[in-house]
Amino acid sequence: MKLWDCFATALQTIFSHKLRSGLTMLGILIGVAAVISMVSLVRSEQAMVRESLESLGANLIFVTPGTPGAGGGIGGALASTSTLTLEDAEAIASDARSVSMVAPITQSTTEVVAGGENVGCLTLGVTVEYQYVRNFETEQGNFISGQDYMRSARVVVLGNELAETLFGQMSPLGQRLRINGRQFEVIGVLKSKGEAFGTEDQAAMIPLSTAQAVLSSERAGGSGHVIQAIAIQAKSRDAIGSAQWEINDILRRRHHIGPEGEDDFRVISMGDIARTADQMYAIGELIMAAIAGISLLVGGIGIMNIMLVSVTQRTREIGLRKAVGAKRRDILTQFLIEAAVLSLCGGAVGVALGWVIIKISAGVLASMGFPFPAILPGDVVALAVGVAICVGLTSGLYPAIRAARLDPIESLRHE
Amino acid sequence: MIELENITKVYRAGRMEVSALRGISCRIEDGEMVSLMGPSGSGKSTLMNIIGCLDKPTLGKYLFDGVEVSKLSDNKLAEIRNRKIGFVFQSFNLLPRATALANVELPLIYGGSGSHRQRALQALESVGLAHRAKHKPSELAGGEQQRVAIARALINNPSLILADEPTGNLDTQTSRGIMLLFKQLNQQGMTIVLVTHESDIAAYTRRTMKIRDGQIEALE
Repeated sequence: MKLWDCFATALQTIFSHKLRSGLTMLGILIGVAAVISMVSLVRSEQAMVRESLESLGANLIFVTPGTPGAGGGIGGALASTSTLTLEDAEAIASDARSVSMVAPITQSTTEVVAGGENVGCLTLGVTVEYQYVRNFETEQGNFISGQDYMRSARVVVLGNELAETLFGQMSPLGQRLRINGRQFEVIGVLKSKGEAFGTEDQAAMIPLSTAQAVLSSERAGGSGHVIQAIAIQAKSRDAIGSAQWEINDILRRRHHIGPEGEDDFRVISMGDIARTADQMYAIGELIMAAIAGISLLVGGIGIMNIMLVSVTQRTREIGLRKAVGAKRRDILTQFLIEAAVLSLCGGAVGVALGWVIIKISAGVLASMGFPFPAILPGDVVALAVGVAICVGLTSGLYPAIRAARLDPIESLRHE
Repeated sequence: MIELENITKVYRAGRMEVSALRGISCRIEDGEMVSLMGPSGSGKSTLMNIIGCLDKPTLGKYLFDGVEVSKLSDNKLAEIRNRKIGFVFQSFNLLPRATALANVELPLIYGGSGSHRQRALQALESVGLAHRAKHKPSELAGGEQQRVAIARALINNPSLILADEPTGNLDTQTSRGIMLLFKQLNQQGMTIVLVTHESDIAAYTRRTMKIRDGQIEALE
């Protein structure tokens, strides 16, 4: 018997029992649709988070005060008493070879008054490098310049939301406002960085020198001018690791920490954060795949169940086929192909359904204000359909063997 | 064509041994039309299964078309059934969801030659049903269904047609039509073995073999 005839026979049977075939496919269909849509949604979210991290700044490394065990992230560490100084930042800038740019930061909670508005916000003291390290763009005006820093100018750049809170629809450029009672002139407004990391949207930035002169309660101590953080750009993605080592080395030396001593600072790269996020998403993906895998298994059991019933129902047909010359192999092939075609069709429709689910979810999320990329994961599609066919063949095997072993004489007598 | 020599068939049911056939010997020549008669339990169904290569004898020798078939493998027997024997059953045994044409084509796909619309149509034409090719069995009358089954039996141009009570489910009028068709095929040279328990059906054949208790009772 030719393979094509096997296929034709199997297809004929499938098409002539549409309801039964549809029900048989259903389990596999739902399983495949579940795998694909779940994995796709997890991956889309992962891509979004990765993009947000990327937008924080390319090859960004943060140094904050505090021990590695203590503190909750960047923000938490910033608040505690700082061990970092401006001189630390200068040492890193001159000695660390894998570093391309260093931006020291001071930070204080301030009261900002403009017109009738009175807002509490973070004010960061920054240098001109901060714009490039953090990858900021201005929506209006300019960022703090080197000259502003040299002159300790009373100028301020506002985060997007802060500008809107203070000035509404009015253009803030050239406007005057008061920070902790001192008058500043607005020279720029930053572009928003989006939902995920919006802290700068509500912050004000002034020259570091001005901040130290005007805002800082701590004066230069024995070790130098205190700052709250250092943002550093590594020369390239590959240089992030060595830059971290160099920074670590320089700071330990400057802070007189012996070989046994614990760091009094933390060095975090965006890569570390991205990796942690990636790990989380990999676990999420695995769990989704496992759940979907179980539904594929249930689908397989469904196929076996219905095929066993079908063998019993079609005993006479099998007897007749054998009487007119079908060999065991022919019957076996016919039933296996039926199972494979059923699961393949179920898989194909499942892919289509998965795609529809992805599209709809992306649409719903977009309408709620989360622009969500709809990704059809090719590797998962291939894997899911492959697994579906294997499940189909495996669960079709036992019924097919039963059918092939039927005795033609008995089968022809079967009622 | 058919040479049976001392054919014995023993079934085992638990510890009991039941002899369905006890030493049957006979010859059926090329182009003959023979009826096989006997009451139920006589062993005529067992004999028919052996002649049709659906079953193997426990003892004895069976030469079909000059080939000793009693020792062949299941696959070889399937090939012989496919190429050399056409079956016609009492209950027609058509595939209910397939058209008449597809039913007639069925043996072709197991013969390795693939399907041939044209040949199947010719076979349907030879039983006078070319105009019903696209109909499903449920849309055909009993006699028409049996004609489709006969066309299916003829499709591979077999050496032997084996009909098991072919008129058992049909009324007298239709039965006569079917018997005349067999008669006509026999006149064209086809060897036909007919299993029946009705003597007026057996009357259509030149020879009758009567079986009782697994032995030939009479050969007329």
